[in-house]
Amino acid sequence: MLAHEHEAAGWFLEHAWLIPVIPAVAFAIIIGFGKKLPMKGSEIGIASMLASLVLAVGTTWQWIQRVDAVHGSEGEGALARGVFGFARGLVPRAAEGGEPYVEPVIRSWTWWQSGGIEFGLGQHIDGLAVMLLLLVTFISTLVQVFSLEYVRGDRRYTHFFASLTLFSAGMLAMVLAENTVQLILGWEIMGLCSFMLIGHWWEEQANSRAALKAFFTVRVGDMGLLVGVAILFGAFGTFSIQETSRIAMDPATSQTVLLWAAVALFIACIGKSGQFPLHTWLPDAMAGPTPVSSLLHSSTMVVAGVFLVARLYPVFYNGFDIAQNGNSANLIAIIGGITIVIAAGLAFVQNDIKKVLAYSTVSQLGYMMMGLGVGAWTPAVFHIFTHAFFKCCLFLCAGSISHTASHHSFDMKKDMGGLLRRMPITAGAWMVSTLALCGVPFFSGFFSKDEIIDNADHNGYKVFFIVGLIGAFMTTAYMTRATYLTFFGKPRGAAAGEHHHDEAHAEEHELGLATVGHDEPADHTSHHEHEAHAAHGAHDAHGAHDDHASHGKPAFGIVGESPILLVFPLIVLGFLAVVSGYINAAPFHIEKFLEWVEPRASEFAPAIDHATFSWAKAMPSIVLVALGFVFSLLICKAVFGEADSKLKGLTQRSKVLGAGHRFLVNKYYLDDLYEKVIVHGVAHPIAQAAYWINQNVLDGIVNAFGKGGRRTGEWVYKYVDQGAIDGLAVNGSGKAARGTGGALRPLQSGKVNQYGALLFGAAAIGALVLVIVNI
Amino acid sequence: MDVISDQNWLLSLGTFLPLAGVLVMLLIPKREELLHKQVALVTALGTLGVGIYTLTQFDYDKAEQLQFYANTEWISVIKSGYTIGLDGISLPLYFLSMVITVLVMIYSWDHIPSPGNPKAFLILMLVLQTGMAGTFIAQDLILFFVFFEVVLLPMYFMIGVWGGEQRQYASLKFFLYTMFGSALMLVAFLALFYQTDSVSFSIPYLIEQGINIDEDVAVWIFAGMFIGFAVKVPMFPFHTWLPDAHTQAPTQGSVILAAILLKLGTYGFVRIAIPILPQAAVKWAPVIGVLAVIGIIYGALGCLAQKDMKRLIAFSSVAHMGFVMLGISTLTATGINAAMFGMVAHGLITGMLFFCAGSIKERYHTLEISRLSGLLIQMPKLGWILGFCAMASLGLPGLAGFWGEFPAILSAYNPAPALSEPLFRVLMVIAALGTVLAAAYLLWLYQRTAFGEPNPEFTGHGHAHAVGAAGNDEHHDDIHDVNVFEWIAWTPLLIAIVVFGVYPQLMFKVMDPAVTQLVEVFNK
Repeated sequence: MLAHEHEAAGWFLEHAWLIPVIPAVAFAIIIGFGKKLPMKGSEIGIASMLASLVLAVGTTWQWIQRVDAVHGSEGEGALARGVFGFARGLVPRAAEGGEPYVEPVIRSWTWWQSGGIEFGLGQHIDGLAVMLLLLVTFISTLVQVFSLEYVRGDRRYTHFFASLTLFSAGMLAMVLAENTVQLILGWEIMGLCSFMLIGHWWEEQANSRAALKAFFTVRVGDMGLLVGVAILFGAFGTFSIQETSRIAMDPATSQTVLLWAAVALFIACIGKSGQFPLHTWLPDAMAGPTPVSSLLHSSTMVVAGVFLVARLYPVFYNGFDIAQNGNSANLIAIIGGITIVIAAGLAFVQNDIKKVLAYSTVSQLGYMMMGLGVGAWTPAVFHIFTHAFFKCCLFLCAGSISHTASHHSFDMKKDMGGLLRRMPITAGAWMVSTLALCGVPFFSGFFSKDEIIDNADHNGYKVFFIVGLIGAFMTTAYMTRATYLTFFGKPRGAAAGEHHHDEAHAEEHELGLATVGHDEPADHTSHHEHEAHAAHGAHDAHGAHDDHASHGKPAFGIVGESPILLVFPLIVLGFLAVVSGYINAAPFHIEKFLEWVEPRASEFAPAIDHATFSWAKAMPSIVLVALGFVFSLLICKAVFGEADSKLKGLTQRSKVLGAGHRFLVNKYYLDDLYEKVIVHGVAHPIAQAAYWINQNVLDGIVNAFGKGGRRTGEWVYKYVDQGAIDGLAVNGSGKAARGTGGALRPLQSGKVNQYGALLFGAAAIGALVLVIVNI
Repeated sequence: MDVISDQNWLLSLGTFLPLAGVLVMLLIPKREELLHKQVALVTALGTLGVGIYTLTQFDYDKAEQLQFYANTEWISVIKSGYTIGLDGISLPLYFLSMVITVLVMIYSWDHIPSPGNPKAFLILMLVLQTGMAGTFIAQDLILFFVFFEVVLLPMYFMIGVWGGEQRQYASLKFFLYTMFGSALMLVAFLALFYQTDSVSFSIPYLIEQGINIDEDVAVWIFAGMFIGFAVKVPMFPFHTWLPDAHTQAPTQGSVILAAILLKLGTYGFVRIAIPILPQAAVKWAPVIGVLAVIGIIYGALGCLAQKDMKRLIAFSSVAHMGFVMLGISTLTATGINAAMFGMVAHGLITGMLFFCAGSIKERYHTLEISRLSGLLIQMPKLGWILGFCAMASLGLPGLAGFWGEFPAILSAYNPAPALSEPLFRVLMVIAALGTVLAAAYLLWLYQRTAFGEPNPEFTGHGHAHAVGAAGNDEHHDDIHDVNVFEWIAWTPLLIAIVVFGVYPQLMFKVMDPAVTQLVEVFNK
């Protein structure tokens, strides 16, 4: 239908499928030979990620060319308007509606067939896939570089890199999936890697429990994925994502089917992307090493759910009637909205810096989901992009701090404070990323988050517009608190040089084997922190270093700063936390995401309406961010600062505030509901009851039959056999037998098949008797 | 029905070769244990060789036809013939039985369970092999029945003599339960014979004639076969023999039981019950589907209640066979393909899990989950293998287990035209719930046994060592990682789990034509 269809798509676009294949092969090599290599397999991991990154860059470049060739109006060379195209001045806003749809580059190979159904593997390269390919390969590379230093000397160093590489392979395979089965494949591989990496230090029970919880909670959602894919296949007869989109866009398609499929698939997204009410696994997943948290549990894997909604958007768009006027709420928006607020609330009461970031991630995923729910496809997808950089950076900052300054502790209250001077680069990267996360104007988060909020209003989702604003306020408030506790005030605990873990763990470090068996403290919260704390304290080091001398040379000769391998990714990501937003900066009329990523309205994609940016509309959120900052700073100063203040210990004094605080600290009691009520309910009473029925009812019947049979047998033996038959028949027939023996003789000496017939006849009679006895 | 009769001695050779080994072994005195092992292994390898040759000679383009077909007179009085043949449905299972026997033989090299006596043990295993292979090649109901029963006896003795503490109860229960099923099955076969003019017991003949049986009668005949096969599968509520048999059986017995014996039941449905009586199958399919899904959930719940690792794995079989039966009950090509694939996958994976359990038991002398922990520290390789099998068993895509489960769920959305869509869609959702529970019990098992620190009881320098009696001491020294026999026995299974997971077409290609032909009748 379009001329460009027949043009070759370019080598990189045609061969994008290599991007996940490279790390998959690398994984096999690392597992097979990693331990024998000079760098224990990490070099293979990093090399494969770099190779994939190069391919992803090539793919991005050719995709941009392809888009420009189709839209072609601008006339200039496509490459010149690359990532920093904004520097060349204002590019006119892409006209809506009139532009042709850019055909994705789809290739598919039959994997296997069953009963006429073909299961394929392939690639579906469009703007969304290209964006994520680039993002995932880029972040993966940086995180692997960071890990070189961070997990140096770890006992399972090789396995760590193997799992990271396999994860990237899984994620990339999912991102460019041509069909839903391939999507499930990548999705589940990521789940497996998440399990392995969270439980990386499985000696510690808390870690293995967190790994189990993560896998299991996500698996609860995955049930929806299996059902959703089955519904879509059953109804549409195809696994192909493009075909599915086309049929979902077809007005003739039954809305009921779409609704069911959308609900089922969305359940999977709730699990994977940590949405309320299945978000509880994500903060616990912080038990994994920090590079894992930054790669899997903030920037890439957890956006898989958001990706799935964005990928099959027609199904959700029409299933939930997102575009319908006067439709002011739908499941996606509601869940996203609740998640924003609920997670932000929890981020306030965390003492573990990684848990603050974890809840922040949950909250930001809520923004993305809400964005998709209110029809703001492009801003939501753009938020995936910007969020990945600044959140990954924040996690790596936390890792850098714990690695260098706080002696493997993540407790902001106990072991941090006053790190601004000591770690200027880490602090700088943190600040920039925090500003981006809070959505301060001119930082990347502003351009994506504000667009989501703006479009919620524009599309008539008033409630979610307000939720978005509240979320912005809360985000700033909790991040201000975390920043204050970490970088300002006086150094405390390990940051002040107290090595209060050394005595406790020295021995274990020598053994390289931690036997920390913490008894559960009565207080639930301190229990959790303690576990996380002990885990990192004991294992980050793994006997490699007890003093800071072995940490490697601080970067740029700054005393107290982390080594260069840790700092380098921070600088890169911090830089991107500022500039990545300018790819799609609505205030400056740079809208490359609209151009390159957003599919144009067509038979495969719905028409997406966009709000026009104006500073006046952005004002409420800017004001709220500022208010959040001031409000939180004042409280922090009062509560954590030097001066005595009435606010100190307020949660102990005021019953209402204390109750609220406790409610938050206990995570709204959701964990208790899941673990104590549901899991224990199924695992204990229900499973036990089922087993009791098995042993006593079903088996009881069998045993009763057995006993009855034996009694019958005894009775028969006593009265029939010994009495009647033996007494009469056998003894009597002994004589007769002598007579009939002669008659039977031909049978015995005769043909085998006749003998068989007799045997068979006897068996048949025996069988009948058995039947009668048993009934 | 078209058949290919080339090389029709091949299947008989493959099936009865183990008996030649048995004859040789009978002549060797009992004390020559090594020689017995050698003869048995050589026989099993020879059989496997015949199996591999069969694989190479099989015409995959005509996988829907019976190949190596032989038909001679056997018991002419009752018109039962020695009819054998192999098509795409039976080939994978036929071959699997040979592979499993060889691997179990290798494992037995240094794992003869107490009270020893490798002569008897290995002879029974070879007889068992003949019975299993024979069941998969039989194309005559009586022949099928005979082989089906031949399997029973060696297994009965295996459990009863070499089993655990409650072996006698378990073996008797296993025997009687299956006999009860077989009896009804035989009655059904006889009824079928009389209903089709008493001409032949040949399955191809009955497939042609069975459709003409009056529906009311057919439903009753199907009922008899249903019970016979359902006991063997085992389907809820006929499954209670299974946990006892599995738990009490020696490792080798458990592996064979899980890998092959359970499949005799499902195979019976696909080979006999459904094609011969399609009109009754349609009536029974909802019942089978509902019981299958109950089995999925019920088996998983049973797993969650277990304290013993081997019993947990045994209960997981109930759940997994539920998926297989769900696939069959949809009466679609996708569903039955999934079921056939699921049978082999379950055989590989659960067989492997039983191997792991056996080796853990051998080292720790217990399988109590609460006493085991830190396997990954004491035996890293075994710990990894256990983790791998747990992941395969819970249906991770890319490993074999997934391709039995997911297509079964998929097929339930669109069952055969004659079946109720809403019912099967509800079943689909409940079955999907079963995958969640599978993750729960397997990971829970793994987290408790493999992760964490080893139980001081078994670390050798813990207090148990000091307190324990002198006789206990050597137990702790037993804890070594996977040994060479275990590696040889397990590697093929582990590779197969990956290969079939990555490239399921390998098996689907073989089964698909035969299955497609089988379900044609339901698409009308």
